[in-house]
Amino acid sequence: MSSLTELAGRAVEAALAGGAGEAETYATETATREVRAHAAEIESLAAARQRGIGIRAWIDGRVGYGFGTDLSAKGIATITARAVEAARVADPDEFAAPPSDPGEATPLAGLSDASVGEWPTSRVAELALAVERAALESDERIAAVEQAVYFDSSERVAIATSTGAGGEFESTSCYAYAQALAGDASGRETGLGFGIARGPAGLDPAVIGGEAAERAAAMIGSVKPPSRACPVVLDATVAASFVGLLGNAVGADAVQRGRSPLASLLGERVAADAFVLRDDGLDSGGFAASPIDAEGVPRRRTPLIEAGTLRTFLYDTYTANRGGGASTGNAGRSGYRSPPGVAASNLIVSPGSLSFEALLAEAGEGVCVTDVAGLHAGVNPVSGVFSVGASGRAIRAGELAEPLREFTIASDLVSMLRSVRAAGATPRWVPFGDSVSVPPLLIGEMTVGGS
Amino acid sequence: MSGGDGLIDSAVAERVLACALACGGEFAEVFAERRGGLTMAIDESRVESVQSGAEEGAGVRVVSGGTSYFVHVDGLDPDDLERAAVEAAAALRGERTEPRALQARATTPLPIEQRPEEVPAERKAEMLRELDERGRVEGGEIAQLRASYGEARRRIAVANSDGLLTGDDRTRVRIGVQAVARREDRVETGAETLGGHRGFELLEDDPGAIAASAARKALTLLDAGPAPAGSTPVVVGGGFGGVLFHEMTGHGLEADHVQKDASVYAGKLGAQVAQPLLSAYDDGRMPGEWGSDAIDDEGTPTQKTEVIADGRLTSFLYDRLTAGRDGAASTGNGRRESFRHLPIPRMTNTYIAPGDATPEAMIGEVQKGFYAVSFGGGQVDPATGDFVFGVSEGYLIESGRVTAPCRGATLIGNCLDALGAIDAVGEDFWMKTGICGKGGQKVPVGTGQGHVRIAAMTVGGTEV
Repeated sequence: MSSLTELAGRAVEAALAGGAGEAETYATETATREVRAHAAEIESLAAARQRGIGIRAWIDGRVGYGFGTDLSAKGIATITARAVEAARVADPDEFAAPPSDPGEATPLAGLSDASVGEWPTSRVAELALAVERAALESDERIAAVEQAVYFDSSERVAIATSTGAGGEFESTSCYAYAQALAGDASGRETGLGFGIARGPAGLDPAVIGGEAAERAAAMIGSVKPPSRACPVVLDATVAASFVGLLGNAVGADAVQRGRSPLASLLGERVAADAFVLRDDGLDSGGFAASPIDAEGVPRRRTPLIEAGTLRTFLYDTYTANRGGGASTGNAGRSGYRSPPGVAASNLIVSPGSLSFEALLAEAGEGVCVTDVAGLHAGVNPVSGVFSVGASGRAIRAGELAEPLREFTIASDLVSMLRSVRAAGATPRWVPFGDSVSVPPLLIGEMTVGGS
Repeated sequence: MSGGDGLIDSAVAERVLACALACGGEFAEVFAERRGGLTMAIDESRVESVQSGAEEGAGVRVVSGGTSYFVHVDGLDPDDLERAAVEAAAALRGERTEPRALQARATTPLPIEQRPEEVPAERKAEMLRELDERGRVEGGEIAQLRASYGEARRRIAVANSDGLLTGDDRTRVRIGVQAVARREDRVETGAETLGGHRGFELLEDDPGAIAASAARKALTLLDAGPAPAGSTPVVVGGGFGGVLFHEMTGHGLEADHVQKDASVYAGKLGAQVAQPLLSAYDDGRMPGEWGSDAIDDEGTPTQKTEVIADGRLTSFLYDRLTAGRDGAASTGNGRRESFRHLPIPRMTNTYIAPGDATPEAMIGEVQKGFYAVSFGGGQVDPATGDFVFGVSEGYLIESGRVTAPCRGATLIGNCLDALGAIDAVGEDFWMKTGICGKGGQKVPVGTGQGHVRIAAMTVGGTEV
């Protein structure tokens, strides 16, 4: 048993001794590195180790949460007391309980890569510099790179619960990205390139820098499109943003509390046949993969949308109790500071058969969206209605044409899914906020707001 | 408070700084912090999500030739701090630099009348129940209501190799309400917040008004039609309407963007960027405001910085490092989310100063336009100047009158165009709270203005 699991177990005992009826501890130990490069120099180099625990206490259906970084016996006693005090303030909820019989998790391979530990900081710093160089060298229209960033993390998580649920796992992850600037003072364009892997050995600086350059340069001379309704191709990064929204909508918590646009659509047709979606907490290609979820329930693979039909919602223990079903292993948490809640793990959209070029040809006349902005402000998560800022390329006669900026795309989530005409053949992992693997998507019709 | 009392003592700070500069570097700093807080919510009329925690730790930074080396540790154990300093210095290969002897500088934290941690948690739960009730009585169509309460206290100490030793003690309280209204298949939401760098006294007079307001917004939207798409005059409401200025100008004035030539305002200091009727400020000293602090997170006293005077760009916003590069002084805008982050130039409270127009007059002059009362939030790319805002409450303006409510509208445009197109600034003025994200760090910011009119802007809706 590792020291972290021991610590988690001791904290559960302390919570029970301190008045909790049931208790759960989530303990993490993380080492991170971050390098920021600019103008062929390292701008900052940061390193850190951090440990923290969060304790959830249940007292007669009331739940409280305490967290902290002081892991001494005295510190744990303080955190425990906080959790118990917090529980006494909460109102009782008949469905609140820790997982009682979550079943055995199987070990999951592919979560760690040794290169995170093996590459010294000087070598990952060189990787960040190489990303910047690649962006500058791959296209002469690139004026500068605002920032090239490398980040990695090694994490160990231990969960212990008074009911016996829990476990421990380790993972590593890293990413690099660059924001390239194209054009001159009369008009700047930006482009983001990124890559993710389990370790720095899995990142290719030439590809990441090259993507940043290509995206920035492609936007030079961009114009505002006229307002109209037309076919829209979403590239993988943009499609991923919408799939992330969908991930919230399929969470049972939003559904049970009447805050999901899919709440009344279980078993109904919510998408075109071309759109097939699953949640897969066991696919180690995505950063959300783990043998157990954030409350110790084994992860699994859950089909969500097949043949256009919404098959199920995603559940943690609380929402499963409330809905009279079983947890789908979808308790997530953003760290030791917050208690678990329902969250998608890795959302995976099945690829179709069309190449990107074939998708454009299929669209005929329309717009290809390569970036969206303002998702947190422009989407109503309850109704699914959205209007977000976008940039991209015009599609004329089935091919990419002039670059477009400063327009909006608007629809609602379900209407958009129902009008997916085709999915591209090449999916990509996109880690912005959610962990999503998705190909480019062709939407039959969306409203484009421009001039 | 003076110096690092309670967090880090002077002798420890001096040892840590000496370790940090053992292999060279122009500047070293240790930032120590103890933070704690309580949050809770009411949802489905049930008090839940009661969470309380405390963290402490420190970050050590060494700056050498344009590179910042940063190591942070949990806890404030002097040995751990020294180890962090040694680790931060490890990449350097130069000769030892001697830090100056520390001199404590007293700071007067913003006054807190009623310490929130001394108010019983049960009273906060009661207040949430009151918010729930106040929202729900607005109408039977209110289907869901979630209200949250949060209090946070951050005590910080900063010591650096220039001999500065100072600290601050910050307390913030904020409540927020999100209401969902439902009529058959129609679902709409309304949200409202109230917050300040203040204690529990913030909630003395009628916090329930926030809930009523959020509920009324959601109910109004039930009758809303689709928003128009196209270019039109836009009148923006006061208070959180100021997020427009925050996004389209404020971020572009942060000196890190400017120095990388990744801001549309780079090279425009002294230039006329707006009509003469517009003046604007960043002010970290506004009493009790959400974005205020006594000092920034590098120990520089906060200040009121005029950024636009009669339409002319007068200042960028600096932290220590970016000020040094420009040969300027820090404007007290070096902020960080916590001891786990490096400071970067950030806004505090940013606002357009009151003008002389009345909201009625500026709306009355518009034949056909859009009235954006409030926003859900916004985003800008400072390099291109492209921005986007989600409108949370909007109406059509027809023949000088505010008419039908609209849903799902987005405002989109380019900073310099939109700033230059502001042709009326209202005499009414108030501030609102926001949480601003940049470089992976979230900090509390205030935004404010009276009503403002933009002669032409793109509204993105579903009605072509």
